Amino acid sequence: MIFSFDLLVNAIVSGILIGGFYAAVTCGVSLSFGILDIVNIAQPAFIILGSYIAYTLNASFGLDPILISIIVLPAFYLLGAVIYQIYYLAFERRGQESLRGLAFFFGLLFITEVTLVLYFGVDYRYVQAAYIGPTWHFGWVDVPLRILVPCLVSLLLIAVLQLVLTRSFIGRAIMAVAQDQLALRLMAVNPVRIKRIAFGISIATASLAGAFLIVIQPVEPSVGREYIGRVFAICVLGGMGSLPGTVIAAMLIGIVESLTATFYGPSWAPAVSFGILLLTLAVRPAGLLGRR
Amino acid sequence: MSVRSIPFLLVTLAIGAAVFAGAMLLGNDYYFFAGYVVAQYIVLSSAWNILGGYCGYVNFGTAGFFGLGAYSTVAVYQLVEGNEFPHVVPIPLLILLGGLISGVVGFGMGYLTLRLRGAFFAIATLALAVVLETLVVNWDFVGGSRGAYIVRPETIGPIGSYVRYLFLLMLVLAVAALNVARLIERSRLGYGFATIRDDELAAEAAGVPTLRLKLVATTISGALMGMAGAPFPYYIGYLQPSSTFGFDYAVNAIAMSLIGGTSSWVGPLIGTLLLGSLQQLITVTISSAVNLLLVGALLVVFVIVAPNGILGLVHKYLQRKPDEFVGRRRIDLDAAAAAAATAATAAPPAAKPGSAPGSPPP
Repeated sequence: MIFSFDLLVNAIVSGILIGGFYAAVTCGVSLSFGILDIVNIAQPAFIILGSYIAYTLNASFGLDPILISIIVLPAFYLLGAVIYQIYYLAFERRGQESLRGLAFFFGLLFITEVTLVLYFGVDYRYVQAAYIGPTWHFGWVDVPLRILVPCLVSLLLIAVLQLVLTRSFIGRAIMAVAQDQLALRLMAVNPVRIKRIAFGISIATASLAGAFLIVIQPVEPSVGREYIGRVFAICVLGGMGSLPGTVIAAMLIGIVESLTATFYGPSWAPAVSFGILLLTLAVRPAGLLGRR
Repeated sequence: MSVRSIPFLLVTLAIGAAVFAGAMLLGNDYYFFAGYVVAQYIVLSSAWNILGGYCGYVNFGTAGFFGLGAYSTVAVYQLVEGNEFPHVVPIPLLILLGGLISGVVGFGMGYLTLRLRGAFFAIATLALAVVLETLVVNWDFVGGSRGAYIVRPETIGPIGSYVRYLFLLMLVLAVAALNVARLIERSRLGYGFATIRDDELAAEAAGVPTLRLKLVATTISGALMGMAGAPFPYYIGYLQPSSTFGFDYAVNAIAMSLIGGTSSWVGPLIGTLLLGSLQQLITVTISSAVNLLLVGALLVVFVIVAPNGILGLVHKYLQRKPDEFVGRRRIDLDAAAAAAATAATAAPPAAKPGSAPGSPPP
């Protein structure tokens, strides 16, 4: 029996690359769910929205999809700030965030998806860019550029986020708002403003993640659903609100999914993240690098 | 079982019988097709509300439990199809089977996630539908991704066409779901659920067995959803994983409960009758995608503007006690107030970690 070693290595390499992309998809939820305690289950829908914006501008102006996503970052930030303001006024201030806040985000998820279906239809859309297509070969390891580029940009994004969170005043305030709002108030900082900024950043990451997604694979409106389980599995496994933990967990899940897809068939891959999520919740709810 | 449950059961049965008789008089099969969907959503939203409204735990996996019931029917159908006498398994039996399987899955999900914060349960249920879809797609016996065909008999006994029989069954199920919901609401179980919703930590401190109660709720709720799904393959004729496990069921069940009002069994009923009929109308006149958009938009608008749904609005209009106890009798109010009082005295306010603004640093 020949256990194909090169197949195994290839699966692990592509798992790590995909994991880098998953980290970008998850970091927004790590911020909102992990740090701010806002269960934003609509994040995958915003990611798909990002994909479609990248698709539209790419198709009409031929711009690079990742460049487009950087250009529209402020718009996504504003969208996030507006959503947080509504969320704060309607739910958080009234202390109703658990049940109705969840329903609110679920409604947003649904509206975004159905609107995209009504406007673009359910056909798969894809983008054009120089790095989509070529593959680098290292011995018998294949590295497709369409996955390598998003992975590298995504790791850069997370490094920047981590620097902002740990070094800048705003970042430290964001970390503080999760722990003690009263202390923050005593420092003359408005916790609602800090949370609005943090939530804006978390939605802004969806713009980048959306561009990565449509570079890696063709996108249709309901693709986002697969990412709900994955995103929260990574977030919980990594330890709520820890960005380094998110990267490690994303790569772990990427590798396990890639191995499953290689040796059992790609149709089983969506079940992997859910299994890991349940296992984590049952065995170690604090996650790998969790603080709680 | 309180004394007033029997009259309520009789009244709901009578209304159900009247609805069925009315539809028979109209004679058009379309009414049975449309009525089946509305009755199905009465079951789904009532089931959702047992966990979501009474306990305050959000279940996004309605489609998962519903699909589980539907696919258990398909599995049985595939088992007996090769026999000489197809359809040897009567549908009421299939309904029980679907309820059993979904109830077990609901219990398992609850056991794994309910010891943590509520959000984890919601997320796990959200992923449940995706995973069940993956399982079904990979299970060729029930049709895999190609879907499964169910050939239903043209007619049955004295009722006439088969869809009338299915409507009758779903109507019975809807009556049963409403009775179960009302019974729970007015029993010790319901008060226990209410303490979990209002302040779980305080309830725990007061000696309420919260985990056990939550498990009871997930099991009952999941079982009812599975029961609603079991006759579905016979209704639709062709079952396909991606539509069976789609978001539509989840968003509809949640929207109907929240728009009607979650505090009482009346809420989901009102919400379903309003939204369900509206949907049938829009699906026929405009399109089903617009109908889904409308449901999503209504859900968002209602949770922002009228957080307690139509019941809350009616209540505000009548200007009575706080919305939580609308539709209950005075005696229930007293009992709930007493429970809340015990809970409040038993737990020191500082023990609630969620109340960040007021709590001192540890």
